[in-house]
Amino acid sequence: MAYSDKVIDHYSNPRNVGSFAKDDPDVGTGIVGAPECGDVMKLQLKISEEGIVQDARFKTFGCGSAIASSSYVTELVKGKTVDEVMKIKNSEIVQELSLPPVKIHCSVLAEDGIKAAIADWKKRREPAPAVAAAGKR
Amino acid sequence: MDGKGIYMDNHATTPLDPRVLEAMMPYLSSVFGNAASRSHGFGWEAEKAVEAGREQVARLINAKAKDIIFTSGATESDNLALKGVVEFYKDKGNHVITAGTEHKAVLDTCKALERKGIARVTYLPVDQYGRVDPDDVRRAITDQTVLVSIMHANNEIGTINPIAEIGKVTREKGVLFHTDATQGVGKLPIDVDAMSIDLLSMSAHKMYGPKGIGALYVRAKSPRVRLAPIIDGGGHERGFRSGTLNVPGIVGFGAACELCRIGMADEAQRVLGLRERLREKLFAQLDDIYLNGHPVHRLPGNLNVSFAYVEGESLLMGLNGSTHPIVVGETPPIAVSSGSACTSATLEPSYVLKALGVGDELAHTSIRFGLGRFNTQEEVDYVAARVVHEVQRLRDLSPLYEMAKEGIDLKSVEWQRE
Repeated sequence: MAYSDKVIDHYSNPRNVGSFAKDDPDVGTGIVGAPECGDVMKLQLKISEEGIVQDARFKTFGCGSAIASSSYVTELVKGKTVDEVMKIKNSEIVQELSLPPVKIHCSVLAEDGIKAAIADWKKRREPAPAVAAAGKR
Repeated sequence: MDGKGIYMDNHATTPLDPRVLEAMMPYLSSVFGNAASRSHGFGWEAEKAVEAGREQVARLINAKAKDIIFTSGATESDNLALKGVVEFYKDKGNHVITAGTEHKAVLDTCKALERKGIARVTYLPVDQYGRVDPDDVRRAITDQTVLVSIMHANNEIGTINPIAEIGKVTREKGVLFHTDATQGVGKLPIDVDAMSIDLLSMSAHKMYGPKGIGALYVRAKSPRVRLAPIIDGGGHERGFRSGTLNVPGIVGFGAACELCRIGMADEAQRVLGLRERLREKLFAQLDDIYLNGHPVHRLPGNLNVSFAYVEGESLLMGLNGSTHPIVVGETPPIAVSSGSACTSATLEPSYVLKALGVGDELAHTSIRFGLGRFNTQEEVDYVAARVVHEVQRLRDLSPLYEMAKEGIDLKSVEWQRE
């Protein structure tokens, strides 16, 4: 299988690899995919009070195209507002990385990963219900 | 090590042995006759070469030369064996027994026979190492069974089936026994008489011979095996397989068989030594890796390993040199293959590993190393070091490895499936 130069570049020199502390209130974490499907992406976004993505990290279990898709989105989201991030479409990733049809699901997963991370961030910012907090041991 | 890197995918195909090429050369140039031309010296010379090749092929499996039918390769041989027997013996019965781990050339042929309503097929299970139990064969045989087809050695995991024991069962029950021995012929001793084999598929390019030539052994005596041909024409090969014979291919096939026969014991020992060296190095340096297939009953050159938390295609990409776009020669690319879904046309992980009970999550991380005649210890040491390096690099990228190291049981996680 021939990979595009950009996929090879992201695979060889992945950007923003790593993890933020999951309990940081400014961090939203999205984990999408499943090991038995051969793809798991963990995308984390550090978002300011004003709702701007300041930094991003990823770790991905998956093929080279999955690694490249997640690496690319960590670059793409930086500096964008939450609303702008929510508008990112997988087709942008497909285009940037010249993914073949068989690898489009990798871009879909990356899009899902961002959305899951934003959803997690939003959830964290809601005030914790007193009952649940009290009931936690 | 040449410019294209290190070849460790010898189950897919093997390089042509230079001695085989040398034997073939005259038949690719000056000796061009049609082996079926009976009226002149050009034909006689070609026929003589074909018959010499037939002898060499037969000798390797302790068969009689006239029981060797030349085909285009093992896929055709499997098709001829299965379709030929089912068609010819349709008045006797319509039941075929095979196993879930067979090569697609057998499985897809069985599926085609089922689809057409010509045969009923039982797919036997295998144990955790990929072996068929001869007692399962015995229990599956009915008065409608016309053929049992069980492979000698598996192409993915290298597991060797108890062929002689299965042959004993089929002989006792009076059922024909076909074995796809493509991976094992030339690597390990195979004796069609001692193993009670009635039909056997083989291919030259898996044993350092040329592509496009193979054979089906068809037992002519005790019992006499009959087949309906799938290719009709001039009645070549005792009417079992029409078509002008591939003379240079047959000469090369014969030469390849002869080299394998003479060197088998030494080569098996040497290749096994390399395989074990690779296995030991990988297992000593990496945690959470698993051997797929049988620890002992396996092809000398086969090593199939799952590297947990590292997806197979991404590892292939690393081994192919994408992380090392440096001078070839310093870090030459490594050719191996994977049971990951991403490397298959169907996007399903290896059905062979699935049949062993290996979970999909581990099947996605499997790599098949196929060592052969031309691999060296230096290559093994380099491959081991590169694999360790790439696995560690990709584990640093892997959320699963991170979670596992944090003590999270990955099976308890609720994954967001697509």
